Order: sequence, then structure tokens, then C-alpha cells
Amino acid sequence: MRRLINLQPNRALKIALGIIPFLLILLVYQISSDIRKAENEQDKLLPSFTEIAAGINRMAFEPSQRTGEYEFWEDTKSSVKRLSMGIAISAAIGLVVGLAAGAIPVIAAPLSPLITAISLIPPMAILPVLFIVFGLGELSKVMLIVIGVSPFLIRDILQRTQELPREQLVKAQTLGGNSWQIVLRVIFPQIVPRLLDAVRLSLGAAWLFLIAAEAIAATDGLGYRIFLVRRYMSMDIILPYVVWITFLAFTLDWCLLKFSRVVFPWYHAEK
Amino acid sequence: MSAFIQLDHLSKHYRDNVVLENLSCKVAEGEFVTLVGASGCGKSTFLRLLLGTESVSSGQLLMAGKPIEQEPSPDRGIVFQRYSVFPHLNVRENVVLGIEFVESAWLGRLFGQRRKAALAKADELLAAVGLEQARYKYPHELSGGMQQRLALAQALIKKPKVLLLDEPFGALDPGIRKEMHDLVLGLWRQYGLTIFMVTHDLKEGFHLGTRLWVFDKVRHDPHAPNRFGSTITYDLSLQSKDKASTIAAIDEINAQLQAVE
Repeated sequence: MRRLINLQPNRALKIALGIIPFLLILLVYQISSDIRKAENEQDKLLPSFTEIAAGINRMAFEPSQRTGEYEFWEDTKSSVKRLSMGIAISAAIGLVVGLAAGAIPVIAAPLSPLITAISLIPPMAILPVLFIVFGLGELSKVMLIVIGVSPFLIRDILQRTQELPREQLVKAQTLGGNSWQIVLRVIFPQIVPRLLDAVRLSLGAAWLFLIAAEAIAATDGLGYRIFLVRRYMSMDIILPYVVWITFLAFTLDWCLLKFSRVVFPWYHAEK
Repeated sequence: MSAFIQLDHLSKHYRDNVVLENLSCKVAEGEFVTLVGASGCGKSTFLRLLLGTESVSSGQLLMAGKPIEQEPSPDRGIVFQRYSVFPHLNVRENVVLGIEFVESAWLGRLFGQRRKAALAKADELLAAVGLEQARYKYPHELSGGMQQRLALAQALIKKPKVLLLDEPFGALDPGIRKEMHDLVLGLWRQYGLTIFMVTHDLKEGFHLGTRLWVFDKVRHDPHAPNRFGSTITYDLSLQSKDKASTIAAIDEINAQLQAVE
């Protein structure tokens, strides 16, 4: 008998073992729902799969009676737009500021303590300030993501830049590079895949800020919808929305990873 | 002997920690100096002084009569034990970078005809170090020995007057090391380089150099081990390569180094 620590499941078994917990959750849900439904036909807390399907159908495939829009897709579009704008702006700020501070000590000296201080402000605490300053429109929601995520990205990129082997920078100098050329040709291309890593790590926080902002002030969006239908205890809509958000988050993360693997194969080979 | 590199009462210390003490020496153009000594004896520090990443505390370090520049520059090429090549560029791009830095001030990148001309120059050097087959590979696809070949080609494209080697073969297998020795000796003759090479391997030092320096402390204070620095205790000319005297010298130096450790 081989030791337990040496037993490796083969590929098929691994996939099967990975799916089982999900199936178990569905099964437990189904049973619990049935028990509650047997007691009370009108129970809304654990809707049956048929009710959930009807909920999805109503939101995604029938135009809204009020606006004539397909609300599910409109919500998705708004949320994804806000999220990607927030992420893109944060990544740009993180890259430019983090790289500049990481590569140039004179820039790091005044910036580094400030960024540390800013990153300690709880973003949710200044959400009212954002609403006052930027109004209740799109800008304040995007800004919340930017304020929540970019300090983390700046600090991470700053550190990654400083972690590049000193030898490479010395070598680049002996090859005749000036500061700008070394940043452009040696540091920047090596930092971009590290930025993608950092962005992937910050996606969870970005979703959190997005949904929080939508819950408080919005007229559409996935977070807005969940908090709206909560008033009617519409679990048949909340549950599929949550699954959908999870799926979107997973897909975005997976796309970033794939993109990084294809464009920067040398980075993933190094690790 | 005209002095190309001159050490004049050179010392290096970090606060109270004296690393190098009172080094005076002259090196002619075209010499191959190998630096040996126990770890922590200051031989790598001396190499960094030549490189310009560290500065002399007192005394002088002159190259062609002028104090050596306090920053790495193209006239002094370097090959480190590791991390000398850029992982995000393929073999050819790694070598061409040295030309691109000079010819394209803002982008650091060449296009069209000029890029072609630069690539042709790079290919010449890659052939000289035996990497023409691996032109399109990335460093992570190369063995340790091939990465060091690439680092050499990269340094040579700048036509440096001085080539600094910081334990360049320390991480390689013995068989590969032998190949690299032949390569370095060939390049040294072909390009008329002045080489300073730090090594742990005394035999390697004897085999490659025209001159061998042993770094060691002459004075010891057991209560303050950092009070006194190292100096060059042996400065052997290896031009003759007389077998018997070489072996005797190796034994003597070995005994001395072991006594220190």
C-alpha cells in the first residue's frame, strides 16, 4: 500500500471528484426546498428549480412590463461596464505610479508613505464623499472601485518592480541604456504580466465595491437588482443572480489568466 | 608595462567594516586576471568597484589614467553568475538590445533596415559563442551554460575594454564548465579583452588567467574581526604556465585558504 501523500487521482477521477461537491449542494438544496414546500406551498425562502427557471425566464427572456427592456441583460451590461472601467482605470494608475515609484527612488520617497496611508482608508467609509463629489451617476460607482483597488495595485507593482533582480538593471546599464530606455525595455515588459496577476487578485474586492455602490445608489445593475427584489423576498431571482455574478467573476479571472499565459509564456515558465 | 587599470592605495570599508585595505597594483591591457580567495574576502567587492556599483573609500582606482566611472557603463561589460539575461526577450533580442539602446534614444527599439543590420551583427556574435541554433529561443528554454553564453554575447556586442566575470561558471556542471573555459579563452584572444574574473575554483583561476590574485587578510584582530580588511596577498604571473611551480603554488595557496576558513 502506497502512502496517502503519494496517491494522485488521475485526470478523470480528479474532474469527477471536483464536480461531486457541487452536485451535493444542489441535492441538499432540492431536498430542503421540497421539505419546506411540503409544509407551505407558498414558501419563498427556498424556491424550487422550476420557480427559479421561471424567474430567470422572466428577467432574461421577457421584456420588462415597465421599461420594455430585458432587465437581466441590461443589469449585466451596466455592471460589467462599471467593473471593467473601474478595473481598467485602477490598473493604469497602478502600473504608471507603481512602476515609476518602483524604478525611481526619488519618486518613491514622497509617494510611498502617502500611498500606504491612502490604502488604509476603508473605501466604503468615503462612499458618501464620492456621492457628494461625483454625484449619483456612473462616475461615483467607478470611482469607488478605483479608490478601493488602485492603492493595492500601486503597492503591489511597486514591490514587484523592486523585486526584479538588481543584476538585470546593472547589465542594462553596461549595455548603454539610460533610465528611460531601461524602464521601457527592461522593467515595463516584465511588470505587465505581474500587473495581470495583481489585477486577478483584486477582482474580488472590485466586485464587492461595485455591488455595494449599486446597492446604495443605482437604477440598474446586478447589485441594484438583488437589493431591489430583496424587498419582495424574491429568492427565485436573487439566487440565479448570485450564481451569474460568480460565473462572471470566474470567467473574467480565467480570461486574464489565459491571456497572460498566451502573451507572456516566458513569465509562466519562470515560475 | 603600461598601466591600463591602476590601483593606488585603494581601500573600501562600510562604516567600521573594513573590506579591502591598501591595494596597489597595475594591470596592463589584454591581461586575464583571476581573483580567488575565501568567501567574504572582498574579491566580489573589488569587482563591484571596477563595475562602478560601489565606490572607493580611499585611494584611487584608475582606468586609462582616469578615475573609474561611478556608474556601470558600456566600456565595462559584466557577466554575473545568474540573472544576466533578460527573460522577456529571446536570444537575438537580448543581444540586439545593446545596439538598440545606442541607436534609438527614445524607443530603445529599431525597425526596418536598421533593425536588420543590427540583427546581422547580433547573429555574428551568437555564432561566435555557439548559439546560432538557439536564436529564437527564450532564456527559460536554454540550459545554464547556454544562458551564460548568451550573457557573454550580450556583453561583447558593446565591444567593452574590460570584461568582468563574477563567478560566471559557478552554477554549471563540470563538463559544461570545461567548454565554457575554452570559449572564454577564445573570445579573450579574438576580441583583445582585459578580463577580471572572480572564481571559487582555484584550478579554474590557474587554468584561465595570465595573472592570479589571492585576496586574504594579513592582519587579524580576534576581538574585532572587521577591523582589518583583505589585500592581495599573492600576485602570480601565470604567463609561463610552468607545471611544477603551478602545482606548488596551488598547494601553498590551498593550505593558506584552509587555514583561514
